[in-house]
Amino acid sequence: MTAGLLGQGLTTYVMLLLLGAVMTEPWRWAGVWLARDLDVESEVFRWVKAVSTALVAGLVARMVVFPIGALAEVAPWIRYAAFGAGLAVYVFAGRHILWGVLAGTATLLLATAWLGQ
Amino acid sequence: MAGSDGHAKAPAWTKGAGRRTAFLRGVMSAPTTPGLFILFFAMIGFGALARDAGLGAGEAVFITASLFQLPGQVALVDQFGRGATIAAAAFAVALTAIRLLPMTVVLMPYLRGSGLPRWLEYASVHFVAITAWVESLKRLPAIPVPLRLPFYFGFAGVLCVSTITATFVGYHVAGQVPPLVSAALLFLTPIYFVCSLVATATSSADYWAVLIGTVLGPILFLYLPGLDLLLTGLIGGTLAYFIGRWRRK
Repeated sequence: MTAGLLGQGLTTYVMLLLLGAVMTEPWRWAGVWLARDLDVESEVFRWVKAVSTALVAGLVARMVVFPIGALAEVAPWIRYAAFGAGLAVYVFAGRHILWGVLAGTATLLLATAWLGQ
Repeated sequence: MAGSDGHAKAPAWTKGAGRRTAFLRGVMSAPTTPGLFILFFAMIGFGALARDAGLGAGEAVFITASLFQLPGQVALVDQFGRGATIAAAAFAVALTAIRLLPMTVVLMPYLRGSGLPRWLEYASVHFVAITAWVESLKRLPAIPVPLRLPFYFGFAGVLCVSTITATFVGYHVAGQVPPLVSAALLFLTPIYFVCSLVATATSSADYWAVLIGTVLGPILFLYLPGLDLLLTGLIGGTLAYFIGRWRRK
């Protein structure tokens, strides 16, 4: 069963390759090429790292503020509280990522189960 | 500091180790990272989404293996679900993939110098996506330069096999979990990513980038959808870089 846009059989996979990997992989290769003489102590590297960090942080914030699917059914304040709780536990409880993730997810589950939508 | 060669704190196994040992250590290190499990659950969510959009199980798995970047995979499947045109779907995926360029640039200095053929470096970046990126930035600096690429291939290889398995599992459990569980699965990715960003931050510029990016991302998404991620990175990152530079003085 496929969406009409994609056609049938082998055509589907060729289409997926063109729409997916062909749109994705060249960016990674360009990164290899651009990084060929880059030193991790250089100013350019510091800037690129800040840019990529801000970009991923923006993506993360978007997933929480404008979520898709079932997460969109959870009240915004619960999402923000869970996000803040997870981050706080990570930062202040010994910097263990697993604790941060568990605390955030537990906050989301418990707050939604007890306090509703 | 990510920039230091890290030989002082190199793990004990690296002493006298060859590439094979490094590869196996990479494989073995994968199950000890929370990222593997979080990515696994996130990909279960993707498998379910792909089924909702009307794709086949083989197609869902093919998307995971060939893109290996969850935001792009979601964008691609989402476009089918909405009946978008081919051009719109391609453009949406390309936009999510632009962020891979600066991420690759940041990771590459740690993957060079293995003495292995150059094409392997180009092959290795197929795994550049957030999980592999943050975990590599945490682990690679402490590993001696010649062993980094083999270690990375071992680690990323496990991630790749896991995501493919999870997509398949998610496809088949779709619609069988309560909505609250689905919501929790979707929440794992952002909370894991933000903790990871703080974990890989090595300078005040990086911390500022996390803060400014978090505030700027949703605002730009509202006003400039489509270009929001790219602009968040460029504006937020540049601002953070200058704040960091000013504070270094």
